[in-house]
Amino acid sequence: MRSSKLLAFGSLCVFAVGLIGSAPWLLNALFATSSNYPIAADLTVERVQVTDRGFVAKLRGQSREPALIAQVMVDGGYWMFTQQPPGPIAQAKSATISIEFPWIESDTHHIKFISRHGETFAYTVDVALPSPRPTRSLLVEYFALGLCVGLLPISLGMLFFPWLKTLGASGREFLTALTIGLLSYLLIDMAVEGFELSAEASPIFGGPLLVIIPMVLTAAVLLALNRRPEQRTTSVRIAALIALGIGLHNFGEGLAIGGAFAVNKISLGAYLVIGFALHNISEGFGLVSPLTKDNIGLGFLVGLALVAGLPIIPGIWLGAFSFSPHWVAAYFGIGAGAIAQVIVEIDRFAVARAEGSHAKPRFSAASVAGYCAGAGIMYATASFIAV
Amino acid sequence: MFEWIKTSLSRRALFGTALVAGTSPSILANNAHHGNMGTVGNVDNTRNGFDPYAMLTDWDAGVLTADSTGRPVRTFTISALNHDIEIAPDLIFPAWTYNGRVPGPTLRVTEGDIVRVEFTNVGTHPHNIHFHGIHPARMDGMPGVGEVRPGESFTYEFEARPFGCHLYHCHSMPLQRHVHKGLYGAFIIDPDPARHPEFDLVARSRLLGSEENAQWQELLMVMNGFDVNFDQENEIYAVNSIAHAFAKRPIKIDRHRPIRVYLINLTEFDPINSFHLHANFFQYYDHGTTLTPTSQTIDTVMQCQGQRGILEFSFADHEPGMYMFHAHQTEFAEQGWSGFFDVA
Repeated sequence: MRSSKLLAFGSLCVFAVGLIGSAPWLLNALFATSSNYPIAADLTVERVQVTDRGFVAKLRGQSREPALIAQVMVDGGYWMFTQQPPGPIAQAKSATISIEFPWIESDTHHIKFISRHGETFAYTVDVALPSPRPTRSLLVEYFALGLCVGLLPISLGMLFFPWLKTLGASGREFLTALTIGLLSYLLIDMAVEGFELSAEASPIFGGPLLVIIPMVLTAAVLLALNRRPEQRTTSVRIAALIALGIGLHNFGEGLAIGGAFAVNKISLGAYLVIGFALHNISEGFGLVSPLTKDNIGLGFLVGLALVAGLPIIPGIWLGAFSFSPHWVAAYFGIGAGAIAQVIVEIDRFAVARAEGSHAKPRFSAASVAGYCAGAGIMYATASFIAV
Repeated sequence: MFEWIKTSLSRRALFGTALVAGTSPSILANNAHHGNMGTVGNVDNTRNGFDPYAMLTDWDAGVLTADSTGRPVRTFTISALNHDIEIAPDLIFPAWTYNGRVPGPTLRVTEGDIVRVEFTNVGTHPHNIHFHGIHPARMDGMPGVGEVRPGESFTYEFEARPFGCHLYHCHSMPLQRHVHKGLYGAFIIDPDPARHPEFDLVARSRLLGSEENAQWQELLMVMNGFDVNFDQENEIYAVNSIAHAFAKRPIKIDRHRPIRVYLINLTEFDPINSFHLHANFFQYYDHGTTLTPTSQTIDTVMQCQGQRGILEFSFADHEPGMYMFHAHQTEFAEQGWSGFFDVA
């Protein structure tokens, strides 16, 4: 026994020494090989803002070889530019390039950045209009928009609360399942949106992993925190969690709306507002669904509405005036993870509530109908605003 | 749900009614200057080993000897070599060159001379020199004929004819890539006045070294382009390879002396290139093989790849100033093929 342990230890030592001994050679071989590769610069154009003097582009270095921007072309012609900070753009570092260019309103313009060794990086300004700037009037405007598409419709949905309280057991089951369906839709929606943004971000950030890792970690941490024995699942806590989940999602929704404003893909209009209102009314339903058996004060209900509905406003601001796709993609991962945890908690709550009634609330007819209705309503109203 | 926001609505069909006060209807005044076109910075001609301005006039008449019958023999030494060149500030193109420059040396001989070109390939692919002119098949320079593998040599020898503005280029395969990489140059054969008594003065004015020729301001312009990202489209257009070279350093012109431009098109990928002169007109000699103009009083001429000609004009009656010239494919002009004559 002893000798075999010694043998194992000995061979391990020999292996380790061998590995360390050959390390310089291995490294040498590696670098000798890599130095023979052609020099390839790569970068990501994260954002282009349209200003009254031209374009301001944010570039992020992506290759091990720093990318030097030699020249900049707009619509097939060379234009003067300035770069801050100047010089080659190292991996993961960003630089801002300003191009004075007499863009033409509502036209499409094609920008091409040319590196020292001739790699070209293209970006298309689809609709040339001034990018929104954080002026007071615009902040107020977006605030009003956020109220209209966030807080207002959610509150409207919550007005059904007195009627929901009249529902029987299977009605409550349906309502809880509807909330789960609705949140499942939001979870998938956030994850998909996160994946799309991660594709726009520089690949050095890991692509889809940029969403998946925060999502899994967030869900795991939140679940662990909420499974401590002293924690009791109460209807009030569940409602608060749902409000938080919806709030996180609405912040993301705000980012998307603001981002669309930033590239002039949408303008404020009645159709947009009505569409969003319809879409978010059902979220108000979901918010109050666990509370149908309790006596709830108005203050708490108002609190729920604020937590769920207000985050859309900072979302719009941030999305319109500045964002980096990799941060937003990671945020969407966090949001999706949090929603996943909320779904699990609601399910737990529903099962606990049904205890003793011999029912299997997860798979009752009312629940299945509820899941379908929740996801279905969100899907259908999403198509309303899909123009 | 988010996709609809991003995947766009046609830009002409933005949402109609503004419910909340809109951002888009009031367009900010567009204040950008319109005069900031061009490349940023300067090309290091010393590092490149050639100067596009000097190329305008650096005629290479070779080493002159005579054969046993007393006939003039002009000997040139040309090597094909790989050389990275800066074609716009900070933009490097991995070129293949004749004698380290693009375009290669401007060979200038006289009609009837024996041309001897000692060619060595120090590049990494087989190359040759295909001259435009009249010569035997075995001197034609193409795959299998006078083609030289790396490290080897070949001597091309033929009589210079017909007189005119000609060119030479590599004809190895793939031809497109060998030409586009930069293996080309001008081959000018001056008319021998003794053979054209009816146009004696005209022929003399074309003959390098003659008293009549000294009156002229002669310029070589090789129109070319570079596809730096290898997508079969040029990112850079130029005369003598460097984008905007003569916009940044206008060509000095003495308005009391006539101007003759030897214009050659070696632009790859685009079917044609062109030369347009501002505020003036010129006489044009297609291929330069005639002593009377083939087009009279024109201000724009187009050439397909390999086509060339001679332009003659004068600013004698003009006031001093900057007179522009450029490709009248405005796309080419904005990508580097434009310049000025600084007429004084």
